[in-house]
Amino acid sequence: MVGRLGLAACLLAGLALPGFLQPAAADPPRRVLSMNLCTDQLAMLLAAPGQLVSVSYLARDPTASAMAEEAARLPVNHGLAEEIVLMRPDLVLAGGWTASGTIRLLQRLDVPVEVFPVETDIAGIRANIRRMGDVLGREAAAEALLARFDADLARLADASPAPRPRAALYAVNGYSSGSATLAGQIVALAGFDNVADELGLPAGGVLALETLLLSDPDLLVEGRRYPGHARGQEVLDHPALKALTAGRPAEVMADPDWVCGTPFILRAVAQLRAARLALRGAR
Amino acid sequence: MSGPRYPLLIAALSALVAVLFLASLLTGPAGIGAGQSLAALFGGGDGTLALIMRELRLPRAILGLLVGAALGMSGAVLQGFLRNPLAEPGLIGTSASAALGAVLAIQTGLSAAFPLGLPLAALAGAALSVLLVLALAGPRGGTLALILAGIAISALAGAGTSLVLNLSSNPFAANEIVFWMMGSLADRSMLHVWIAAPFMGLGFAVLWPTRQALQALTLGEDAAASSGVHLGRLRLMLVAGIAALIGSATAVAGTVGFVGLVVPHVLRRAVGASPARLVPAAALGGAATVLAADIAVRLIAPGRDLKLGVLTALVGAPFFLHLILKTRREGL
Repeated sequence: MVGRLGLAACLLAGLALPGFLQPAAADPPRRVLSMNLCTDQLAMLLAAPGQLVSVSYLARDPTASAMAEEAARLPVNHGLAEEIVLMRPDLVLAGGWTASGTIRLLQRLDVPVEVFPVETDIAGIRANIRRMGDVLGREAAAEALLARFDADLARLADASPAPRPRAALYAVNGYSSGSATLAGQIVALAGFDNVADELGLPAGGVLALETLLLSDPDLLVEGRRYPGHARGQEVLDHPALKALTAGRPAEVMADPDWVCGTPFILRAVAQLRAARLALRGAR
Repeated sequence: MSGPRYPLLIAALSALVAVLFLASLLTGPAGIGAGQSLAALFGGGDGTLALIMRELRLPRAILGLLVGAALGMSGAVLQGFLRNPLAEPGLIGTSASAALGAVLAIQTGLSAAFPLGLPLAALAGAALSVLLVLALAGPRGGTLALILAGIAISALAGAGTSLVLNLSSNPFAANEIVFWMMGSLADRSMLHVWIAAPFMGLGFAVLWPTRQALQALTLGEDAAASSGVHLGRLRLMLVAGIAALIGSATAVAGTVGFVGLVVPHVLRRAVGASPARLVPAAALGGAATVLAADIAVRLIAPGRDLKLGVLTALVGAPFFLHLILKTRREGL
């Protein structure tokens, strides 16, 4: 009873003193836990030594994460509310895809959660880097990372002379992505027009193999294959697709550089830019 | 039923299948003219158009025809043998078991190492489930026992399929549950035709001669036996034929439900309730139904890969309810 009264008093005091509710502003969090592959990587890039106590298990998977080695040194979580609470974090970092039920549960258990929206363009990536610096109390590190990112980006962004060559993204299940997605932004930054935009799929969607063949792209960027077996992957081996790529350049999307809005996307931009320059050289 | 009407029915159904086959060849997101498409299909050349016609549209139309014929014929034979209008490969769990076999073949890598492993595994699953249903429902195929056995086998096989796909290390495998439960002919290749066609041919060849025995069975088992029908052999042919047809159909197109239920029922009156005449008519009717459904999914939601089974279930399930009510009224 006394404890509950004390808690109520504290809450009232907190309401009276807004500063009390925002310890992050004054005092950086000391036990930060990330439960999303993309916030994992931004946090590993920016956190002070010892500040990050756990990342998601996906961060250790070299086929999905660009920082698998760094993640191997940290304990991992599986995004379950129970294990997260037991790790006693004073800040949880979540992404736009994180299960909202888990986030609400953590908030009800008085664990502060910062949700980072999914990045779909350069502005979104810059905003998330700056915000990660703010919530971790690492503003200087964030500014340094941004400066490096901007400089690297400027080096890659030589304007492609019109008409720009056309690229098509084609992944498992015939999924393609247009300019409203991060993958589409990578294609655009590398100096390509995107077939998915021409076909009215800026936000991505299933592209019938027949439509892809007719669109006649200059470059096919294939989705990577995953371990194990899935019918959806068969479409990447369809004889008609093989006939399209025969004698044409094709690149493969390596997930670590394509799925998360981190400075690592510049490796994918460089990969496609090199393909574009090779394409022009071949003509 | 007078003589000349039956050949007329078969001719009309054949014409319908031919028209729908052609329509299936000419339906697609590309929106190419009919003359141009057919020229690309039959003429020479290796342009994009020929590629689309030969490697995408042709296998899709052939598989629609084969899968539909397999489903229609299996339904007619099963209903004739069990003398029960509710018997159908989808409802008695054959398709679900075939799907489990196919999923196991894909997930263990058997189908990648050996292309015929896929239809063979599906065939084994289908054969096992038909044997199980015949054992559980008894020779007479009482409605209640048949449907309950079918529900149990479908649920078990469906759960097995979901379990295998959920345990897969591939992040996209779990999505495939929809394909195995609802079926689709999108983006199939000639390879799928080659692995399914031999087994389909075998299944049609085994079930074709059962027509006379099915006809004799309408008089009851004793009368059939006295007129020279060997029930044990008939049962064996039925299991082998249906397993071959449903196994290979499911391996390449997933589970397409209700075709084997609705088609024989619609055609039964037109063939004068003769099981022998129903078998070829139902095969043609099934082919027409699946070809039409596959054209419809491409027209209703182009580029969305609407599943075939969604359409057939939307039409078939109300029909199934109607059949149940009718069966109850007749006190069967």
